[in-house]
Amino acid sequence: MTGEPVLEVRDLCVDYGVGKGGVRAVTDATLTLRRGEVLGLAGESGSGKSTLAYAVTRLLRAPGVITGGEVRFHGPDGVLDLLEADAATLRRIRWDQISVVFQSAMHALNPVARIDAQLTDALRAHRAQLGPAERRERAVELLRLVGIGEERLRSYPHELSGGMRQRVMIAMALALEPRVVIMDEPTTALDVVTQREILDELMQLKDRLGFAIVFITHDLSLLIELADTIAIMYAGRIVELADAQRLFHSPRHPYTLGLLNSFPALHGERVRMEGIPGAPPALTALPAGCAFHPRCPFALERCAHDVPRLTEPAEPDGAPADRSAACWLHTGGEQVPEPLARVLGSTL
Amino acid sequence: MTSTDTARVVHGPKRPGTPALEARGLTKHFPVHGGLRRGRVVRAVEDVSLALPEGTVTAVVGESGSGKSTLSRLLTRLIAPTAGELLLDGEPVGDSARARRGYAGQVHLVLQDPFSSLNAVHSIRYHLQRPLKLHHGLRGSELDARAAELLERVSLTPAERYLDKFPHELSGGQRQRVAIARGLAVQPRVLLADEPVSMLDVSIRLGVLNLLDELRERERLAILYVTHDIASARYLADTVVVMYAGQIVESGPAVQVTDEPAHPYTRLLLSAAPDPQRREPVLLRGRGAPPSLIDPPSGCRFHPRCPLAMPVCAETAPPVRPAAGDQVAACWLLDPERAPGTTPA
Repeated sequence: MTGEPVLEVRDLCVDYGVGKGGVRAVTDATLTLRRGEVLGLAGESGSGKSTLAYAVTRLLRAPGVITGGEVRFHGPDGVLDLLEADAATLRRIRWDQISVVFQSAMHALNPVARIDAQLTDALRAHRAQLGPAERRERAVELLRLVGIGEERLRSYPHELSGGMRQRVMIAMALALEPRVVIMDEPTTALDVVTQREILDELMQLKDRLGFAIVFITHDLSLLIELADTIAIMYAGRIVELADAQRLFHSPRHPYTLGLLNSFPALHGERVRMEGIPGAPPALTALPAGCAFHPRCPFALERCAHDVPRLTEPAEPDGAPADRSAACWLHTGGEQVPEPLARVLGSTL
Repeated sequence: MTSTDTARVVHGPKRPGTPALEARGLTKHFPVHGGLRRGRVVRAVEDVSLALPEGTVTAVVGESGSGKSTLSRLLTRLIAPTAGELLLDGEPVGDSARARRGYAGQVHLVLQDPFSSLNAVHSIRYHLQRPLKLHHGLRGSELDARAAELLERVSLTPAERYLDKFPHELSGGQRQRVAIARGLAVQPRVLLADEPVSMLDVSIRLGVLNLLDELRERERLAILYVTHDIASARYLADTVVVMYAGQIVESGPAVQVTDEPAHPYTRLLLSAAPDPQRREPVLLRGRGAPPSLIDPPSGCRFHPRCPLAMPVCAETAPPVRPAAGDQVAACWLLDPERAPGTTPA
């Protein structure tokens, strides 16, 4: 189902502000998005997940500054480093090749423009050969794609429900058939039934049109159902990267384990769960060493001063890992606590 | 028009004795001002009877617009009901200023957003001491001692470290704990928590839910937990009450309602909820959105979306009927004379 890479992020660093007042919001992020893949970015507020996405699309606003790394986009005409690209190139690629669905459709749509004008705007800019009639036809087609009738073309955003507005946002993002769609908490403000309807449609569209999705959310339980691969972020770093099912059944990073224990289950015995003690750190006052160590139940002595790198953990059964975690527990020599040493096969 | 001529069923945990707070036939119609629909009403809450015994948690679950927040505001008396009455320890509550203040000392609301429910220019000490002064007339050193004790009750220890902080110096979870501590200052019998964790970071939500659980155990509080997250309701509550379009459609023991839902709407909610253990793709039975409450559907308000709707559902509102044990639901499928040959799964 997944194929060659479309987006490769290497050692990306993003700061907010420069000099003494600056804070590092994303540190050494490395990710690969493949064709037709859903890559989930999960983390709490302030973990850098949205910042990472905005840096990749070069939509980051001041005081955000990209301070290092590279972002390679595999477009139809070869590989392109997005961090080096000039404004004209970016303008050509944005929306055409990489589009974004923003968190709040209420604020992302123009309240004084009708839906058809907003839908055809990107077509007008990127597909100059299309006439007005063809643009309208395409707009109708796009709305139908996301389950909205033609009669809504002349509506204003305030005349639509929250779910419909979010559908319009998705339709807009798909207007030019991009290779990559970045979705920043696209359904967080919606009710569960509407959320499920939209996500079902989105997955069907993805299978049909073959675009890849970067899905950003704090809702890990939803992401496990949805994503192929999940990257867990904490305090600006990717702390674990794995296949969704393996991440759920056999997490390797204590923070992932804690997050999984923060979502009560819909089935089975009711057991008391503890979540994670403490609170996420402020970026202005990051703990030394592993940023998670003050909240970590398994912290070692070295966690307080050495920052662990994202590496392949040694698997208990000796199989190739094909996943990575940034934790000193897995660098060999340590007795790995049982919850972090499960093997996927044994729990199924 | 919906008829509600059925015998009254009181939802909520079944416990012997008089419940701490009881609502009977609570109804709220908001008038529509201006516009084309002037003179009409939004039927936000319709005929809700709910008993909250001490030492229990009752979760109210529903989508936005289901009336769950209006219900919690009715229970705090922040808004006046169109019909129905409230009983505190079995006594009808009065309307005098004195009775209102007494009620405010017994029933306390914890709001969703701890970022705006605390005053940014006042210290935590001020927030906690104000209700102690107003309701208990405490002065001087006693105030400090009680404020510190309150912080300890919500696990913000050592208290001295927090008393002189300002809200912006605390994390979201700590702020919500302060908001709960402020609620406890008046020694209430009933705590109404309206989405108390939905604005908090995922990793600290359970801490606040566990705190509510401890308060139920330790202080015998009657707690109403209003949420859209059915999994957390299952985790915390004794009884789950499901609301749809201003009415209670199902209630019963939390695990039973979530494992064996009787109402098609509860089944829809459960099927749409995120579930990492899900193996098969979701089959949503009942797409669409909740109806307008200005002109709600006739009969059962869920019938236009219901996959199992029968002709009777569009005509007459279903009575509340027992499903299994303490579980009840308002659905014609539970009526032996109306239901088709098979009983609902």
